[in-house]
Amino acid sequence: MQPAVKRIIFYVLLFSIWQGAVYVFDVSPSLLPAPTDVFASLYEGFSNLTLVYDLAASFRRLFIGLAIALVLGLLLGVLLAKSKTADETLGSLILALQSVPSIVWLPLAIMWFGLNEMAVIFIVVLGATIVMTINVRTGIMNVPPLFIKAAKTMNYKGFRLFSKVTIPASIPYAVTGMRLAWAFAWRALMAGELLSTGPGLGYSLRFASDFGDMSRVIAIMLLIMLIGIIVDLLFFQRIEKKVLRKWGLATS
Amino acid sequence: MFLSMNNVHKSFTNNDKTELVLSDIQLDVKEGEFVSILGPSGCGKSTLLSIVAGLAHATEGSIELEGKTIKGPGKERGMVFQQAALFPWLTVEENVMFPLLPDMSKKEAQQKAHHYLQMVQLGAYTKHSPHEISGGMQQRVAIARALAMDPALLLMDEPFGALDEQTRSRLHEIVEKIFLETKKTILFVTHSIAESLKLSDRIVVMGTQPGTILEVIELNFPRPRSQSKEELLYYEEKIQALLKSEIDKVTEKEQKHAASR
Ligand SMILES: Nc1ncnc2c1ncn2[C@@H]1O[C@H](COP(=O)(O)OP(=O)(O)O)[C@@H](O)[C@H]1O
Ligand SMILES: [Mg+2]
Repeated sequence: MQPAVKRIIFYVLLFSIWQGAVYVFDVSPSLLPAPTDVFASLYEGFSNLTLVYDLAASFRRLFIGLAIALVLGLLLGVLLAKSKTADETLGSLILALQSVPSIVWLPLAIMWFGLNEMAVIFIVVLGATIVMTINVRTGIMNVPPLFIKAAKTMNYKGFRLFSKVTIPASIPYAVTGMRLAWAFAWRALMAGELLSTGPGLGYSLRFASDFGDMSRVIAIMLLIMLIGIIVDLLFFQRIEKKVLRKWGLATS
Repeated sequence: MFLSMNNVHKSFTNNDKTELVLSDIQLDVKEGEFVSILGPSGCGKSTLLSIVAGLAHATEGSIELEGKTIKGPGKERGMVFQQAALFPWLTVEENVMFPLLPDMSKKEAQQKAHHYLQMVQLGAYTKHSPHEISGGMQQRVAIARALAMDPALLLMDEPFGALDEQTRSRLHEIVEKIFLETKKTILFVTHSIAESLKLSDRIVVMGTQPGTILEVIELNFPRPRSQSKEELLYYEEKIQALLKSEIDKVTEKEQKHAASR
């Protein structure tokens, strides 16, 4: 059987069991609403545009944060790869920060920037910059020495060598870095919005929860999940696959 | 003299231990000559070639090309490595254009690239990606790329070492043809006696630990060499005898090393 067919059967079954259980045990909608209620809420959110506005607000922050993080990560990664001293000092700090979920910075961020967008964007930038930095650094450090030697015999040196050989040779790592940065940013954004202020998907989720509207809560959870999957699958994994194939690194 | 290596020594220092890799290399190469450097693995052939390429520096002594001391890499020296080292993000044609682009227009570079790709019989593969062609073809692109700079001296470091026998003999023909057509001076590193006999005007036989020149052998019989069976056999035995004691030396050292662990 095709994996896609298996998957469809699995999800149909999952939702049927959920629906059936809610009906049979007469579960209160404030504990667990039925899937039909969730989908109705999702539909309502889109038709009265509230979810559309939330999505727009969240994506705006995400893009700002991600853009800053990618540029910052690229610069920091290059710095760490090129300067041994920076790698031994700043590099150790960045590795240490990697083990801290960026959301724990929120209380500080709120103190610094106030209870507003800036605090959330800060969290997003922090989470995404670190993975991007680490991947760019690894990419540059892993450029085959033979590429550098070969380019040198063709009279490439200095910045031209860096921009024409080192940077393109490390693109596969940078692309993986971008994909991970997006994943980190998306999670950090939702956490940040949930705990601070709106508008945005995370904020509306908490708002719905405060009013006991569990159908809306689950509807938004589904949306968060779908966007996470779709962007990763349709955008980043595609780019990553293309790059790996072109760079001859794909294990087809 | 076109290329002269004067009293070249090279040592590497690792963990406070200094290892002498090349000792007193003295060699002159005439313009238009095909010289092979033959020796057991680890005798310092690659090291010597990268000093000529300007990628490494001699600890002592100097190398002069057309009267100028070599201090770093330069366009008058092209190099082909054992691995093709093509850039995967560029097409075959763009790889060959790579050394040309800083100095000429894209169109000119492309024309030149096509010329050299035709010379290595790859005119039909200009738009391919390096990973889409075979290892032998990749190595031909690497040769075209080195030739594209129109270097006076072509350095080749075991360029066919990683290829199978048939591919290798096809590439021998291509290299010989290029050598005869372009009249380039070629310094060719190999550990294959047959390869050096087939291609060179002179064979520099190197010994190991430290790397020294054991003997320089002139091959004064006409190309293609395959027609002179007797001469080939004679030189092959001669070189084998020269190398035998060197290979024994390596084996002995390895055994000692193994015993001391
Ligand atoms: N960068 C280096 N640092 C230390 N030792 C090296 C280095 N490069 C080569 N060597 C040593 O020099 C010797 C000769 O190496 P190489 O020139 O690669 O030999 P060949 O090409 O003849 O096989 C080897 O023993 C190798 O371990
Ligand atoms: Mg070698």
